Amino acid sequence: MSSAADRPAVEVRGLTKRYSGTTAVDGLDLSLPRGHVLALLGPNGAGKTTTVETCEGFVRPDAGTVSVLGLDPVTQSEKLRPRIGVMPQGGGAYPGVRAEEMLRLVAACAANPLDPAWLIETLGLSGSARTPYKRLSGGQQQRLSLACALIGRPELVFLDEPTAGMDPQARRLVWELVRALRTDGVTVLLTTHLMEEAEALADHVVIIDHGRVVAEGTPSELTSEHPAEAQLRFRARAGMSTELLAAALPEDCRVVESSPGAYLVSGPVDPQVVSTVTAWCAQQGVLAEELHVGRRSLEDVFLDLTGRELRS
Amino acid sequence: MTFPAGTFTPSPGTGRLGRMLLTHARTEAMLTLRNGEQVLLTLLIPLALLVGLTLVPIVSLPDPRVDEVTPRIFALAIMSSAFTGQAIALGFDRRYGVLRRLAATALPRWLLVAGRVVGGLAVVVIQIVLLAVVAAIMGWSPDAVGLLWTVVLILLGALAFGALGVLLGGALKAEVVLAVANIVWFILLLAGGIMVPASSMPGVLGDLVALLPSGALAEGLHGALVSGAPGWQPFLVLVLWGAAASALATRTTKLT
Ligand SMILES: Nc1ncnc2c1ncn2[C@@H]1O[C@H](COP(=O)(O)OP(=O)(O)O)[C@@H](O)[C@H]1O
Ligand SMILES: [Mg+2]
Repeated sequence: MSSAADRPAVEVRGLTKRYSGTTAVDGLDLSLPRGHVLALLGPNGAGKTTTVETCEGFVRPDAGTVSVLGLDPVTQSEKLRPRIGVMPQGGGAYPGVRAEEMLRLVAACAANPLDPAWLIETLGLSGSARTPYKRLSGGQQQRLSLACALIGRPELVFLDEPTAGMDPQARRLVWELVRALRTDGVTVLLTTHLMEEAEALADHVVIIDHGRVVAEGTPSELTSEHPAEAQLRFRARAGMSTELLAAALPEDCRVVESSPGAYLVSGPVDPQVVSTVTAWCAQQGVLAEELHVGRRSLEDVFLDLTGRELRS
Repeated sequence: MTFPAGTFTPSPGTGRLGRMLLTHARTEAMLTLRNGEQVLLTLLIPLALLVGLTLVPIVSLPDPRVDEVTPRIFALAIMSSAFTGQAIALGFDRRYGVLRRLAATALPRWLLVAGRVVGGLAVVVIQIVLLAVVAAIMGWSPDAVGLLWTVVLILLGALAFGALGVLLGGALKAEVVLAVANIVWFILLLAGGIMVPASSMPGVLGDLVALLPSGALAEGLHGALVSGAPGWQPFLVLVLWGAAASALATRTTKLT
């Protein structure tokens, strides 16, 4: 008994999935303890949806093992599905169905569902109760989809980009919900390409790109791996020599032009470094604009690791 | 907004089978009856043809005309909802990820099919009752013994056409399904033994059309309702189409 309860809710080893031409997931490892929230963070096309759909049993892995609540999601799906809640990246309702009708259908499939009327109201869908699904806004469709994932009181939920297309207010509501799920002991695996979201919600963040894990840890581990580090960003003429600037700065400062005209200095940024940067720019005859000093964010971590912007 | 602790405490499990089946089937049937295009296809066109062909002598038919027209309109109605309507709905439901949504719940796979079948049969019952009432008002006098055969033929026809509808709607892109389902409907209506009886077509053509599901259903219903003797061939033809389409559809149907 205890060994089953101690096992992670989701355990992925060496997961690989290829489609003709692309390797969507490339030897991915993942471990999500029960009752925790894990965020799979990565840009579009990183392999998040493929990974989640493999855990749900909809995608058959080409290599590797996947164990969800101790079950094989493909061969034991009939045992697994009653225990999980699924919010797919898009869709998930009849084009002509009304929100409450859809939710009642999904509720009928569960033994002890939440009250559909309450959930509809909680998610702010009462006002569009009679609107066919295809005429709901993207954010409303997302909220219905989230309701369908939660209605059956699952022990594990998969949320694929739960806040995509939502206004800030709805996003805050979803964050509240995820926190409430965690408090009540529900295990959550969510995907996002928003670092604030991962930082705000997750116990564990797994950053993936090109189907591979590029970093993982708690949000604070990821952002404070180099605690002394800070960052200085500024905009100036594109194509200035980052090597010359680096030479003017203390040895442990690194300089990159992250996109044309956008420069990033990372290292022990102190007032002296800031003044050196502005002075060096002045020597080049340019003005350093939008100068900003800050702590490393997950986005910076991602940028450092992959050289790519997370938002895409 | 804050949620009281314990709101989401896990309590997973599978719902009661009867309730799942009933809710699923009712949702499917309601969606069909609420959809304007589906109502046009499954109810209004058959009703208009029933009344029109009975009252307006454009085609020459033996009297009473309503007895000749009604069995063929039954066949049309079944083809319209079980084949064309089902295929189009399934094509778009797949596009919208409905099948995957339901497969992701505790709903067992066989119930996913059963719910659609029962929902579709409920629509067929409504169609037939409505058409029969209108036909009766126009003086329809079906053969009493034939009514029993009629029930069996309607069931077999709905299942055979339904399986063909799933085969089409479960395999191709929604827009392609829409086009193909409508074209096939039109061809079978005009040349598949519904408007023009297979028995009145020349030679081999008539024999072939009687082997189509549309021809078999129309001939069978006509035989049952007019003379009380549908013969064995329509039953066999419908069972074979249904079995072949189901066998193929279980291999080709995709969730998305
Ligand atoms: N069914 C599919 N057929 C072909 N390629 C696919 C399929 N699903 C995903 N891919 C490809 O796999 C890669 C990862 O996709 P996905 O898992 O959807 O990423 P993410 O969810 O992180 O945006 C992408 O390059 C995508 O084009
Ligand atoms: Mg995705």
